[in-house]
Amino acid sequence: MAIKDFIRERFFPHIWCPGCGHGIVLNSLLRAIEKLGMSKNEIVVISGIGCSSRISGYVDFHTLHTIHGRALAFATGVKMSLPELNVIVPMGDGDALAIGGNHFIHAARRNIDLTAIVMNNRIYGMTGGQYSPLSGYGILATTAPYMNIDYAFDTVELATAAGASFVARSTTYHVQQLTKILRQAILHEGFSVVEVLSQCPTYFGRKNRAGSAVDMMEYFKNHTTPIGSKAKKDHPDLIERGVFVEKEMSEYCSEYDKIIEKAMKGRT
Amino acid sequence: MAKPKLKAHVINREWCKGCGICVHFCPKNVLELDDTDKVFAARRSDCICCKMCELRCPDLAIEIETEQDD
Repeated sequence: MAIKDFIRERFFPHIWCPGCGHGIVLNSLLRAIEKLGMSKNEIVVISGIGCSSRISGYVDFHTLHTIHGRALAFATGVKMSLPELNVIVPMGDGDALAIGGNHFIHAARRNIDLTAIVMNNRIYGMTGGQYSPLSGYGILATTAPYMNIDYAFDTVELATAAGASFVARSTTYHVQQLTKILRQAILHEGFSVVEVLSQCPTYFGRKNRAGSAVDMMEYFKNHTTPIGSKAKKDHPDLIERGVFVEKEMSEYCSEYDKIIEKAMKGRT
Repeated sequence: MAKPKLKAHVINREWCKGCGICVHFCPKNVLELDDTDKVFAARRSDCICCKMCELRCPDLAIEIETEQDD
């Protein structure tokens, strides 16, 4: 199947700004799903609120566009009732780690089989460029006109510490790696987190003089490095990308089934 | 594997927003933006069908058709 078969063409061109990284995440996600060869009926895409969350409207799978930060809570419900489905949850950085921060760490702790994609553009784009928990120290935003003094979460470290059994990072420049990682994440049994560094040229780019979408992608190219590379040792400021965690752990839905079996013992 | 042979650059002008990502990252400098900021294949014969423009397009607006795709 071609990727055009996986989108709702009637909603295109999409609302994202010219050069928005979220479109590239959509592109890579569609290609990852195409490679998996699954039927459209086996996939559910559940999102919350924000620019990134508009993605669920554009894909022609089962979709739910839910409330801010709570996409993982809805996804947990869907997965628990229909565990045979592959549930993908694309979220923005604010949606996932500020408004939905609690849902995020607890979904990770439970190791429920969901694929969480954190589309990290380091800003709230839809509401006009407020700083997010991933903006980081020194960043300018509408709500930090002099400078942001909050430090950023490291999504990978946070997800790892919370117990996610698959944790990876890539960028919108490294599309081949991104497609490969997304495919791996969907296939992984357990809670998978994929952080994607994505560009917001309209707000983050303009506020921080980061240039055009192209310049921001050049930044991803020049300021990231594969995990454990020699370049990282020489330049510790480089952001690592690749698969950080991939481990086998008992999955929540199958554990829950065991509990039901235990409770029902001796009864019909 | 045989080298893929280019059939066409299929560009959806309605969807292209002229961000220039494909133009900038094309390794062979095949693409350009026209007066209306829509992409077109200015040096078609230089294309090596790597499809990086297609993979990086945020608007799903460009597709490289090759003869192997049939």
